[in-house]
Amino acid sequence: MSESKIVDACNTYCPGPLMELITHMKRAKVGDVLELLSTDKGSANDVPEWVTKAGHDMLGSEKVGEVWHIKVRKAR
Amino acid sequence: MRILVVGGGTGGTILANNLARRLSAETDSGKVRLTMLSASDRHMYQPGLLYVAFGQMSPDQLYRDQASLLEPAIEFHVDPVEQFQLDQNRVKTASGKIHEYDMLVIATGSRMVPNETPGLTEGAEFFYTEESAMKMFRRLREFQGGKVAIVVGLPHKCPIAPVEVTFSLHDYFKSRGIRDKVQIKYYYPINRIHSIENVAKWATPEFKRIGVEYETLFNMREVDVENKIVKSEEGSEAHYDLLIAIPEHRGMEVIERDKLGEDGWIPTDRQKLSMVGHDNVFVLGDTTNLPVSKTGSAAHFEAEVLAENMASIVKIGTPVRDYDGKVYCFIEAGHDRATYAMFNYFNPPDLKPPSKPMHWFKVAYNQMYWTSVRGLL
Repeated sequence: MSESKIVDACNTYCPGPLMELITHMKRAKVGDVLELLSTDKGSANDVPEWVTKAGHDMLGSEKVGEVWHIKVRKAR
Repeated sequence: MRILVVGGGTGGTILANNLARRLSAETDSGKVRLTMLSASDRHMYQPGLLYVAFGQMSPDQLYRDQASLLEPAIEFHVDPVEQFQLDQNRVKTASGKIHEYDMLVIATGSRMVPNETPGLTEGAEFFYTEESAMKMFRRLREFQGGKVAIVVGLPHKCPIAPVEVTFSLHDYFKSRGIRDKVQIKYYYPINRIHSIENVAKWATPEFKRIGVEYETLFNMREVDVENKIVKSEEGSEAHYDLLIAIPEHRGMEVIERDKLGEDGWIPTDRQKLSMVGHDNVFVLGDTTNLPVSKTGSAAHFEAEVLAENMASIVKIGTPVRDYDGKVYCFIEAGHDRATYAMFNYFNPPDLKPPSKPMHWFKVAYNQMYWTSVRGLL
């Protein structure tokens, strides 16, 4: 497994955390792991919904302090 | 002290003018030398391209002579940078000249890259260049009815553009008396119809009111031009007779070539606007990798902060302000109403209902921009 790449989308409203994640996922290679950092409480639901629909793998979601850490692996 | 500004767009021009006024005594005395390098002798008001695509502005109205916008103390050269040699504090230009600096500002902007999506260039209309906006206008004029699909690539310049073009399409076809012959469907990458939650909350019922359908979680993978179908990464399809696209964007090629930042976006400190790892290099506008909108507005507010800080570095040896992520975007809600979104790193936008006066203000701002870019507004 590749080392995870951090996508820091804390305190951003536009383009926002999911847009940032999708942008980085497009450029990633299959097998790459990305860790999204988000202060948007909606990310805990929005991100898994897209990851599932796009056919990638959700590896974990955890809130540390005010920041959500959401790990995703590019699967295709 | 040699200050070099690379890029003559919104951010670079506001920064240079603001800095020239703050440092007038220093430039008069020869203590500071301020130089701008740009790829063009003309300055384009890029938000005007949306109006060109709908025949509401002509292309010549978008331009001013770049030299005419600059303070006299700014030495201006149309000579784009071919190579950044940051380890030697210098750049090499297309003409082969070397410009050395003590402080460098990189504000080279972004470009659409529709070729990154197979079939998009051949199949879609855009409005991110003069040529493409004129082509889109001609296509709209010819269109007599059918399915219009609006698709969105990531990342893109002007995040409000997808909803603005949708409202404009509705009003355009209505004004031609063929709205009942046109089905407009809007496709968006995330699970609501705009990245800003409050914009999505406002625009969703507006779309319903004007009969615009939408599908979310749709990221373009390829366009089947022959069969007029856009296929998404998520496995769905968009069928169209007329395809309007907000294409994916990247930073400029020289940034990628010199490995200053992945995809042409330079790693930038959120508050200081300095390039990560280079305290005497600053980055503005679309060129940054900041998680803020790629808009002239962000470039404008960044430039004001950076000009104050760079002037302070010259005068007292230290910057004095942090950039707080401020962005202010007009939102055209059709051809006669508008609203706006204002936000920063800590405060989300609180959207007001669209109004005619706000639209008139936007129309006025299309001219006031030339005052703004001189750093006066």
